[in-house]
Amino acid sequence: MLEMYREKLAKKMKLNERSVVHYATCDSPADHAGFLRKRVERHHHHHHHHHTTSYHRRWFILKGNLLFYFEDRDSREPLGLVVLEGCTVELCESAEEFAFAIRFEDAGAKAYVLVADCHTAMEAWVKALSRASFDYMRLVVKELERQLEDARKSLAACHKSPRKLSSGRKRHLSNPALPPVQEKPPILENGYSTWGSSCTPAGASCCDQDGGFSKPPPLPPRRRSAGGSLYIAPTSGLSLTLQESPVSPETACFSKLHHWYGQEIAEVRREWLESKKSGEL
Amino acid sequence: MAPALHPTNQLLNGLSLSFFFFSPVLKKRLVKLVVNFLFYFRTDEAEPIGALLLEHCRISKEEVNVFSISFIEEPDRKYCFECDSEEQCQEWVEALRRASYEFMRRSLIFYRNEIQKMTGKDPLEQYGISEEARFQLGTHKQ
Repeated sequence: MLEMYREKLAKKMKLNERSVVHYATCDSPADHAGFLRKRVERHHHHHHHHHTTSYHRRWFILKGNLLFYFEDRDSREPLGLVVLEGCTVELCESAEEFAFAIRFEDAGAKAYVLVADCHTAMEAWVKALSRASFDYMRLVVKELERQLEDARKSLAACHKSPRKLSSGRKRHLSNPALPPVQEKPPILENGYSTWGSSCTPAGASCCDQDGGFSKPPPLPPRRRSAGGSLYIAPTSGLSLTLQESPVSPETACFSKLHHWYGQEIAEVRREWLESKKSGEL
Repeated sequence: MAPALHPTNQLLNGLSLSFFFFSPVLKKRLVKLVVNFLFYFRTDEAEPIGALLLEHCRISKEEVNVFSISFIEEPDRKYCFECDSEEQCQEWVEALRRASYEFMRRSLIFYRNEIQKMTGKDPLEQYGISEEARFQLGTHKQ
C-alpha cells in the first residue's frame, strides 16, 4: 500500500519549494491576509458514500498572484498554494453564508470554496482575489505606460526645455554638451533587493534620447495575446473580467501544480486511499 | 566543457533549452515561461515535470550560452541553463528578469509615481483602485 503511495509521490511535480516557502513567509508585504474556512474537497467513488462537507479554518496570505494558506497564523510553512491565473472568483450558493469560490478555466481543475467570517471580509477577499492575476497587473501597467507617454507628449509640447522636467532619476551630471551617458538603474533582479530600495524597475534604461526622458521599462513578455477581450471602464473601475478565453496549454501547467500544491497533502492522501478502496487506481 | 547538445531540438513557445540541475549531465528539457513560473517538461511529454517560481530570484549570465537562476535565500544554489546560442541566451535573461510579479508591481508604482509628478493626478483614481494594497508605494521611501 505504501509502495503505491510512494510511487504516486515520485511522480509528483517538482517545485522550488524552499524558495516558494521563503516567498510566502518573508516579510514582503502581503496584498491581503486573513482567516478563511476552506472547504475540504472529497472524491466520492462510492454512490452510497455519505457526503459530509467539512471546512478547515486556515490562515490565508495573498502575495501577487499567489494565494498561500497556512494551518495557523504563525505556521512556518504554508500547507498549500493556489496560483490565481485563468480563474474567476465568484460568490457561491452554499449552505454557508459568506462563501465564495475560485474556479478555473480548466474544467478538470478543482474549485476552491472559501468562507469568510462576515460580509465585509468576503467582499474584500473577492475584490483582492479578482485583481490578483498577473494578466490584470500587466493590463494596468500597460495602461499606465500609455498614460505616461501621453503625459510626456503633452508636457513636451508645452515646455521648451524638457530637460528640466526629468525627475529624480540618476543622471550623468558631467558636461551637458556631451551626449548623455546611458545609465542603467541598479538591477533589482525580480525582487531580490526589494523594499527599502528605489522604485526604479530593473532593466529600465535611462537613455536620454528625447531630451531628458528615460524610456519606460519594457513590458514583461506576453503569455498570449489578450486581443479585444479586456474592457476598461473608466467610471466603474478597471473591470477586468477574465472571460471564457479558450483553455490554453499554459493553464494545464497550473492545474498539475494545483493538484500537487493546491491541496493539502492530507487531502491528496485521503483521495488516493479512497480511490484505492473503490478499486480505481 | 558542456556536452554536445541533442541534435533534435523541439521548439515550444519559440524557444528551447537544455539544462541541468546540479549534475554534470546535461538534461534536455523543454522550458516554458508562463507568467512568473518557469515550467519544464521532458521533450516528449505534455505535462510539466516541474516548475520554478520566479520571485526573489537573480538571473545571471554565466559562460557562453549559459545563464543561471538563483534564489535569494540560497544564493549559491544555481539552476543552470544552456541555450542554443548567445542571442537566445540574452533573450531568456531579459525575459526572465522581467517575469516576476514583483517586477511588474515596481513598474506600476514607478509609472504611477511619474504620472503623479507630471500631472499632479493619481492615474489609478479614475479606475477606483487607488487604495488597493497591491498598488501602494508601501515601504518604498519617497
